[in-house]
Amino acid sequence: MRHLWRSGEPFIWLTGSALALCLLLVVGLVALILVNGLGFFWPKDVVRLTLTDGRALTGIVREREAVPDRGGEYRIKLQVANRDLYGADFVWVDEARIARREDPPDVTVIERTEWGLLIGTLAEFRDGGRVVAAGPGPALAELRRRLPAAARLRREIRSIEKGEIGAINHAQEQARLALKRLELRGVATGPEVEALGRRTAVLQARYAAEEARLAALRKQQTASVVVAADGGKDKELPLAQVLRAFTPNAMGVLAKSGHYAAGLWGVVSDDPRESNTEGGVFPAIFGTAMLVMIMSALVTPLGVLAAFYLREYARQGTFVSAVRIAVNNLAGVPSIVFGVFGVGFFIYGVGGTLDRWFFAEALPTPTFGTGGILWASLTLALLTVPVVIVATEEGLAAIPMGMREASLALGATKLETTLRVVLPAVMPSVLTGLILAMARAAGEVAPLMLTGVVKLAPSLPVDGFWPFVHLERKFMHLGFHIYDVGFQSPNVDAARPMVFVTTLLLLVMVVLLNLFAIGLRNRLRRTYATSAV
Amino acid sequence: MPGTVDVTASLNPHDAASGIMEAPMVEIEHLSLWYGAKQALRDVSMSVPKHRVTAYIGPSGCGKSTLLRCLNRMNDLVDGVRVTGTVRIGGTDIYDPTLDVTELRKRVGMVFQKSNPFPKSVFENVAYGPRILGVRTRSDLEAVVERSLRAAALWEEVQDRLGDSALGLSGGQQQRLCIARAIAVEPDVLLMDEPCSALDPIATAKIEELMLELKNSYTIVIVTHNMQQAARVSDYTGFMLLGELVEVGVTRELFTNPRDKRTEDYITGRFG
Repeated sequence: MRHLWRSGEPFIWLTGSALALCLLLVVGLVALILVNGLGFFWPKDVVRLTLTDGRALTGIVREREAVPDRGGEYRIKLQVANRDLYGADFVWVDEARIARREDPPDVTVIERTEWGLLIGTLAEFRDGGRVVAAGPGPALAELRRRLPAAARLRREIRSIEKGEIGAINHAQEQARLALKRLELRGVATGPEVEALGRRTAVLQARYAAEEARLAALRKQQTASVVVAADGGKDKELPLAQVLRAFTPNAMGVLAKSGHYAAGLWGVVSDDPRESNTEGGVFPAIFGTAMLVMIMSALVTPLGVLAAFYLREYARQGTFVSAVRIAVNNLAGVPSIVFGVFGVGFFIYGVGGTLDRWFFAEALPTPTFGTGGILWASLTLALLTVPVVIVATEEGLAAIPMGMREASLALGATKLETTLRVVLPAVMPSVLTGLILAMARAAGEVAPLMLTGVVKLAPSLPVDGFWPFVHLERKFMHLGFHIYDVGFQSPNVDAARPMVFVTTLLLLVMVVLLNLFAIGLRNRLRRTYATSAV
Repeated sequence: MPGTVDVTASLNPHDAASGIMEAPMVEIEHLSLWYGAKQALRDVSMSVPKHRVTAYIGPSGCGKSTLLRCLNRMNDLVDGVRVTGTVRIGGTDIYDPTLDVTELRKRVGMVFQKSNPFPKSVFENVAYGPRILGVRTRSDLEAVVERSLRAAALWEEVQDRLGDSALGLSGGQQQRLCIARAIAVEPDVLLMDEPCSALDPIATAKIEELMLELKNSYTIVIVTHNMQQAARVSDYTGFMLLGELVEVGVTRELFTNPRDKRTEDYITGRFG
């Protein structure tokens, strides 16, 4: 026994198993997210269950579990959808009560703009109240034929609402603010006021014209489908609300794969629908990426300059050591504390002052005096600056003194040495710090909830209106989206797949951002490889 | 002048017949230096002749590197350093408060004990000094780089890999690159702080050969641990002990016929 211990073998096993356990945990976590997140888009077959009491239930099997307190019995969770008809998307069915199970090939699943999925058999296709096609087969064919045109129409309406009408609204708001500005300066009449009045009138006329165009387009949306659901319930669904229609039981693997890819792309590129439980998460992806980039742009120069002062210029002593310890401890402060600081200092302090000086015409509506992507980025920059400082300082300490001396001995000044020799050599360390900072920032949610993240942002922080980048705007964030969809949603069962999808996207995004920074660092390392590092 | 060694014709190995004194490049008078409370140099006085190799020998910690670093004021970088006395290079007092220390360092190049090329390409290493001096055009830089590398006997070995990282060169090549980098700014004086202590004998021989070549254009001051090296390459040698310049003279004289008992003890290996 003693011999075994002295051989060191048990210790090797202990360290090895510790590593294996860590790996297992990480792999398990990733696998869970991958399976749940990616599995969601696979079109599962629809079953029709006939119960012993004669009731029929059509839906998708989502889960199967043992019935509590009754050994050997199982029940399944069936997504019957049709929330507007049945009141709930899911029902639990005891397997003991199922008399018959079948996979009807003509059952159609329809994704629509509201109320979640619609599952049933197509009965008729109508246009303007007149039946165009009757029966599952012809109705589905007609639906498929007309769907692209309907989607085009819907996109056109949306683009008018967002584009033309949005631009008019924006211009009207600008005119209103200009008028208010004049008023604040004491100008109530005069050529400027009149010009603004004329502009407003022109804008209102254009608004009316666009509204009429919209109404005309909406009039074209006359077609509808009638779907027969369980229990003899019929639903007439306007074609304008249909996003996708498919018959999973009749689809082959290839068709399902195409459907899967389209669904995946939809999540990445679409706006959310139905209080975030359906649709895509594009605004959240965009918000997260922009947040992290602004944060990086702010934190890198700040942290690097601070580290240079600490290591290159400050006289090393008790005070500098104290500062160094304080900076390191700052990294351990809970992030919500930074959030509170962000609200108190950035939003109310700096933002409020900016509003009073530059945006007085918009008050009492705050412009910068409320949460926004700039303040959230600044708060995160503050949160992560210790990481960058520590990494940069370590990099500076690792640069051999001889390198600085060589430059100074050639007649370079301290500044030239710092910029031409020290800075390039320390860049890999700076990027290491930045990678750690980004990883931390992308996953932070708590401080964002106080400084500008919202459940649903009406517009992205970047758009076509001058000045194009709107740093004062509120934004969406994948981390907050997970919390919101998973725990604040009225329909938790329906939202659960979205939680995993969003989590997966957040992970992918952090990995991508890190890979980018790591690639950059490795390139710099090859260029500036020092013998000491 | 007390403490100054006048190098007379009789001591001059190169010019025994002419009877003239060698022109001094560096004149050190009553130089003392303290690191905080610790005195590292004690009243050192001597002159370094132009276009000759002058070596300092002595045991570790005797102050020879400190003395060398006084000549381009690298000691200024150390906290709490204090210097008294005067050092004149080419007639200019280098401890004059109005003197621009970067100007001084452009005139007094330095090669360090451990080769310290920048983590840049071979070309950029040599071009660093000229760039600092304001040379911008590519053709000028290329000319300077080639001339310096040729002068450092490195051109033949690296002309095909000027764009490669300098850290890929061998130790001896790196040290010659550092010499090329130092002479690219065309200094008057070249200080060498134990330039061969980290090199193998073959690389050492190359550097020593180079020094004999370079002394035609530059005044070389070298610090070395290795007495054989001092004997091989230097024209004049100074022996230092505990911050004091014990003896200085023509190398052959100093090694064969030392005037001071301590010098004799050291070179015969009785201590150190």
